[in-house]
Amino acid sequence: MLKTFTTGGVHPNENKITASSAIERVAAPATVSIPVSQHIGAPSEILVKRGDQVMAGELIAKSGGFVSANIHSSVSGMVTKIEDIPSVSGYTQKAVTIKREGDIWDESIDTSDILIKEISLSPSEIIKRVGEAGIVGLGGATFPSHVKLSPPPGKVCEILLINGVECEPFLTGDHRIMVEKGEEVLTGITILMKALGVTKAVIGIENNKPDAIKRMIELSKNYAGIEVQPLKVKYPQGGEKQLIKAITQREVPSGKLPVEVGAVVHNVGTAYAVYEAVQKKKPLIERVVTVTGPTIKKPGNYLVRIGTSVEDLIEVAGGLPDDVVKVVSGGPMMGKALPKLNTPVAKGMSGLLLLPQEITSRKESQNCIKCAKCVSACPMGLSPYLLMTVSQKELFERAIEEDIMDCIECGSCSFTCPSSRPLLDYIRFGKAEAGNILRSKK
Amino acid sequence: MSKLLVSHSPHVHSGDSVNKNMYGVIIALLPALAASFWFFGIGALVVTLTSVATCLLAEYIISKYILKQKPSITDGSAAVTGLLLAFNLPSNFPVALIIIGAIVAIGMGKMSFGGLGQNPFNPALVGRVFLLISYPVQMTSWPEPVASRGSYIDASTGATPLAIMKEGLASGSSYSEIVAQIPSYKELFLGVSGGSAGEVAAIALLLGFGYMLWKKIISWHIPVAVIGSTAIFTGVLHAVDPTANATPLFHILSGGLMLGAIFMATDYSSSPMAIKGMWIYGIGIGVITVTIRTWGAYPEGISFAILIMNAFVPLIDKYIKPKRFGEKVVE
Amino acid sequence: MDVVIITIVSLAGLGAIAAFILFLASKKFQVFEDPRIDDVEEVLPATNCGGCGFPGCRAFAEALVKADDISSLNCPVGGDETMQKVASILGKEVSKAAPMLAVVRCNGSCSNRPQVNRYQGAESCAVAASLYSGETGCSYGCYGLADCVRACKFDAMYMDKKMGLPVVIEDNCVACGACVDACPKNIIEMRKKGPKGRRIFVSCVNRDKGGVARKSCTVACIGCKKCQKECPFDAITVENNLAYIDYEKCKLCRKCVIVCPTNAIHEINFPPRKKPGAQKADAESVKV
Repeated sequence: MLKTFTTGGVHPNENKITASSAIERVAAPATVSIPVSQHIGAPSEILVKRGDQVMAGELIAKSGGFVSANIHSSVSGMVTKIEDIPSVSGYTQKAVTIKREGDIWDESIDTSDILIKEISLSPSEIIKRVGEAGIVGLGGATFPSHVKLSPPPGKVCEILLINGVECEPFLTGDHRIMVEKGEEVLTGITILMKALGVTKAVIGIENNKPDAIKRMIELSKNYAGIEVQPLKVKYPQGGEKQLIKAITQREVPSGKLPVEVGAVVHNVGTAYAVYEAVQKKKPLIERVVTVTGPTIKKPGNYLVRIGTSVEDLIEVAGGLPDDVVKVVSGGPMMGKALPKLNTPVAKGMSGLLLLPQEITSRKESQNCIKCAKCVSACPMGLSPYLLMTVSQKELFERAIEEDIMDCIECGSCSFTCPSSRPLLDYIRFGKAEAGNILRSKK
Repeated sequence: MSKLLVSHSPHVHSGDSVNKNMYGVIIALLPALAASFWFFGIGALVVTLTSVATCLLAEYIISKYILKQKPSITDGSAAVTGLLLAFNLPSNFPVALIIIGAIVAIGMGKMSFGGLGQNPFNPALVGRVFLLISYPVQMTSWPEPVASRGSYIDASTGATPLAIMKEGLASGSSYSEIVAQIPSYKELFLGVSGGSAGEVAAIALLLGFGYMLWKKIISWHIPVAVIGSTAIFTGVLHAVDPTANATPLFHILSGGLMLGAIFMATDYSSSPMAIKGMWIYGIGIGVITVTIRTWGAYPEGISFAILIMNAFVPLIDKYIKPKRFGEKVVE
Repeated sequence: MDVVIITIVSLAGLGAIAAFILFLASKKFQVFEDPRIDDVEEVLPATNCGGCGFPGCRAFAEALVKADDISSLNCPVGGDETMQKVASILGKEVSKAAPMLAVVRCNGSCSNRPQVNRYQGAESCAVAASLYSGETGCSYGCYGLADCVRACKFDAMYMDKKMGLPVVIEDNCVACGACVDACPKNIIEMRKKGPKGRRIFVSCVNRDKGGVARKSCTVACIGCKKCQKECPFDAITVENNLAYIDYEKCKLCRKCVIVCPTNAIHEINFPPRKKPGAQKADAESVKV
């Protein structure tokens, strides 16, 4: 039986152009520019200086706080610059630029393809290793994974959920990882289970990836406690709270963490990264990025070094087509539009969408006709039309009363609005202001 | 490729638009329109054309010369109002009065509040109730179905099933005696009965309902709540006193209940936003309709019921919120 | 006849009862209010702009009546004249506040600051600010989406379409500060209007290093400190690559204007200089 979440949801065109493109490794670029703020939380502290020689996998910036992550060099070579570069939001961020010389990996890293299934480390060692490897949630949220593996005191985790939903249109990176690296993912899940001390894990996969479901069901027979749960296709099923609801029927209370209902959610890509970190001692220095778009020459799932410039990556995929007007990091529903192409690939970049005018252009916003389609689309049971109005009128206290902080910014409201109103634009602004008010009250 | 476009997510859109929804409603109204032409012929044609044309013209003139906005008549909403108003009028209704009704519907019911999406009341019903109160004689003379196909003002008239029922019960006859004078369920279902041009054929209205559900133009909650509550309430009354009260099926199939429940009560801007609110609103309409039909002065009450519940919508929206995901934890 | 009498008596009786209830209610629920509040409110400009820091003129009047010392309170709209009237009603002292004016500290017009991307979305600076830094390379500059113009209740601002920047209409500006609060980039500042409206300010808020700032905008302050060295009155400070002129210390000598290599310092309402070619301020920004 297919499961899904109950409140709201929409069905965008799937556009999974690259679903059958095998993961392709991209040659290390001549230079990489590695930002020190690729995760939620404090920026990392830079450990290298100009002129330093580094190897691929060498630590170049260490975690700058409890919620923060280590950062490693993704190539071997010389540090040429430590400078301010524009982030995806256009504001400046610190980044380490490394000029590549050869491709020498830190000798402790096992670069072979041999599958290692035995887990020799203890739970606390696993968490430490995951933290050292700088692993963050690879679905796009970039929350440091080792923090998620250490539930707050007093909370017990009963079940590990693995997010193989990939509900964003266009993206297929997780899909390919499951198909091609199934054993590694399952070993990664077993490692995560051991670290969390749980005996049960469920992989949620949407029904539009039958090959991944088949492969994972087949392989999971050899792994104790791991189940595969096929899910109905509905956006935003990959949202943490929606996935927990879909698989366990439990609702994470407003403003609480998933562990409140005994669940911890990790992404398929993260599980793979954990496998590599724990079994192969390989830090997070490369990731699968789906480079896609209806008009590009070579769409595909590319294994890219962190810090590669987006421009270079687009060249790999056949160059920027003339009709592309928008380049999005992530999926079309929640991704960020890039203001510039000389931005580096960061740990959280799950996809790179090159969108032409006809797909992405917004229509002129019209009056709200109160059709209530945004209300029925909202997966959090909010009233987006109202949240937009109160945000626009800067009635932030009212917005808090209307639970604006519960918004997961999935974009279902703006997506569905017949009047093409910029609902989420205003809700984001209102949510940011409401958050400031709540923080100042504390 | 020159300068990249930057905007908030989402970067794609469902493609839904106001026009699509409004034209969808018009398509859904086509079976009922065809039925009205079949039963009332030339009269229905005159009424519909006059009403739609006046609504479009009124909206154009008001938005261009009074509100000084870009006229939005192409979005289809004025045409919907015009069609619905025509459906709510007898097919022998004089042209001059239709024009007055249409101007009231658009001017008072819609544009005075700021146009599409701003109106608290269903514009077509505002027009209809205005006409009903101002011109009760013309509004309650109903051409005979089929027989009056070829004639307009001079059509031979008869009473609606609801009026027959009301008068019959008022004069002391029992329900079983009156049943002989009214059309059978089958006739009511197919629309072979007196009444407003577009309300008679239940089957045509249900076809439109199915189309709107398929195209996701409306949700099913309001129509089901209205019809369901009417059925339950009249069912109870009928069970208590079968001689003085008609059966639920009669109530559902006769008068404007179907048209009101499917097309008028579901008007976007004058109906609630949350599902629970839709239930309250729909049940309210059903209960008020039956109350007026059973104890009120008018044989039919759906128009008043919808307008009354329209007035409660802001209040419903204020207090009835959609069911939140993850209820608040009280600490 | 009886009918008439009954009608009159019953109506009169009802009226009397109602009057009595109203009388009781007015006694019971009477709230004492200082009559001076009404008097003060009378002289206030009734714009309810909030420039005084209180929600509306009535609230300000209450505060004025309540406060013992009102010298720190000021109505920017009414100015000294109004405050003098208030003082005479209340018999309290007011300080004389110098007239202020909103100043837009960004000259990144379309020609000075090239656009590098296009924004599409809600026409609001606040919304754009929750997304990114803006359409140009300068992450400090004006979005050009006119939140300040919408915030202004006195028609004192408009958007110059050609420049893509807001312009303050000096005669209309009452220094209520609404635009200052509305600007997410803190570009607009309340500055002293100055004698004959003359004032000098740095029309830039970019804190990037000189080279970076210059690259994205030709009239950016590059933090070169030339003006700081030139200023005989210590009125200029350079912090985080950005110069700031303290309007309290500035004596309007205009020396800094000449030395600024990027024309980032503007002089407004001064007579033309004698030496030809010395007029450095950007012609666009002087137009008010």
